[in-house]
Amino acid sequence: MSIANALKIGFASVVLMSSSMVSAEVIKVAVASNFTHPIKEIAKNFEQDTQNKVELSFGSSGKFYAQIANGAPYEVFLSADQAKPKRLADEGMAIADTQFTYAEGQLVLWSKDPQKVDPLGKVLDEDSFNRLALANPKLAPYGLAALQTLETLELVDKTRTKWVKGVNIAQTYQYVDTLNADIGFVALSQITENHKITQGSAWIVPDEFYLPIKQDAIIVKGAERNATAQAFLDYLRSNSAQKIIQSYGYKIE
Amino acid sequence: MHLTEEDLQAIWLTLKLASTVTLLLLVIATPLAWWLGRTSSKFKAPIAALFSLPLILPPTVLGFYLLLAMGPNGWVGQLTQSLGIGLLPFTFWGLVVASIVYSLPFAVYPIQNAVEQLGDRPMEVAATLGAGPLDRFFNVALPLLKPGIFSAAVLTFAHTVGEFGIVLMIGGNIPNETRVIAVQMYDHVEALEYVEAHGLAALMLAFSFIVLLLLYGLRHKRNVPHGAMQ
Repeated sequence: MSIANALKIGFASVVLMSSSMVSAEVIKVAVASNFTHPIKEIAKNFEQDTQNKVELSFGSSGKFYAQIANGAPYEVFLSADQAKPKRLADEGMAIADTQFTYAEGQLVLWSKDPQKVDPLGKVLDEDSFNRLALANPKLAPYGLAALQTLETLELVDKTRTKWVKGVNIAQTYQYVDTLNADIGFVALSQITENHKITQGSAWIVPDEFYLPIKQDAIIVKGAERNATAQAFLDYLRSNSAQKIIQSYGYKIE
Repeated sequence: MHLTEEDLQAIWLTLKLASTVTLLLLVIATPLAWWLGRTSSKFKAPIAALFSLPLILPPTVLGFYLLLAMGPNGWVGQLTQSLGIGLLPFTFWGLVVASIVYSLPFAVYPIQNAVEQLGDRPMEVAATLGAGPLDRFFNVALPLLKPGIFSAAVLTFAHTVGEFGIVLMIGGNIPNETRVIAVQMYDHVEALEYVEAHGLAALMLAFSFIVLLLLYGLRHKRNVPHGAMQ
């Protein structure tokens, strides 16, 4: 083999390698904890369909905000609210025109006890529960929705002494799940699988009792020209992804 | 710097929690460390290992298991209910119990080290001079163990003030009951109220620095040999 041929082969293999790298991109996605289950399923499908790889990190939106504002290497941020993606965009740390609502959360009053919560949520007005768990309204969108619901029902003052506040909706769920709180406001998605509530008793709070819990996605600064990140957001909007999102107890727009 | 009513409540609660835990832990840890430092029992190693386990689990995970244990179906929960105390999670005393578990190694090891360094000699001398066991412990051993006990107290206090994962888990963020300064700061950070968070953090560091400075200064004075005082 001549030197020229060897060079040709070497060059070709470099081209091949780099082209295969283009077709198998890795993107890092920061995901609000409440969306853990649906995004795992969606990411798996996306990986199968496109040969790209999605690395998911789960955590609170507040922490992700702080990390991304300080240059964390995520390409996509799926927040639990609209405020944090917007603030990142305002600060130039995310791309404003990529922000959209990928899911809408539904609030539910839940107990592990199959008899505890009646279909109209009247249990809130009774003295039959020890503690009422809710996420911290200052920090978590589901906590704010819980507070708005109690305000709608004019039960804030009556129930306040029984509140225990989780730092996020996952911890609030644990308070009820471990029976330390008889009842609690959690996300419908936490107790739903395949469109069904898996255990206990629940009251799905009517939409008009609280402002919509819109969860927004956004592309992070530095990934504005990343085709895989854009493809992933498009995939999130596709019918098949939206079906998965609905099956976990979220509404879609 | 502007402190809100809630900040002040959280600061007061934290000091109350750390002092309570420190006092109780010294009472619990001293006899335990005494035994560990002097025994040649075959149970020594397993028991020492057991009490170090709280250092292994991440605090929020440890908090989660305490939540399970202290809950209505947990063995601690059933015990406290049958004793008529009720359930511990989301109460001040629940935090005290959890903090004692969490800080136990920090209290035991400095005292155990002091006991081991002490050796048998002072106690034997005291015995030949006719001192009874209690007399020996309180009048001979304890004064000699002071530096170890002092370190245990400082470490326990500081560890409890800075404790976060466990109180977050079993506290439930109740004002004046379980919302300590660490949780209050975390709330500020998560709510993106960074200015308030910086203020509290600075105050907490400054306060702790002054307290530790005073304590170490005090200890240094005490350690000055008698000859030098004259």
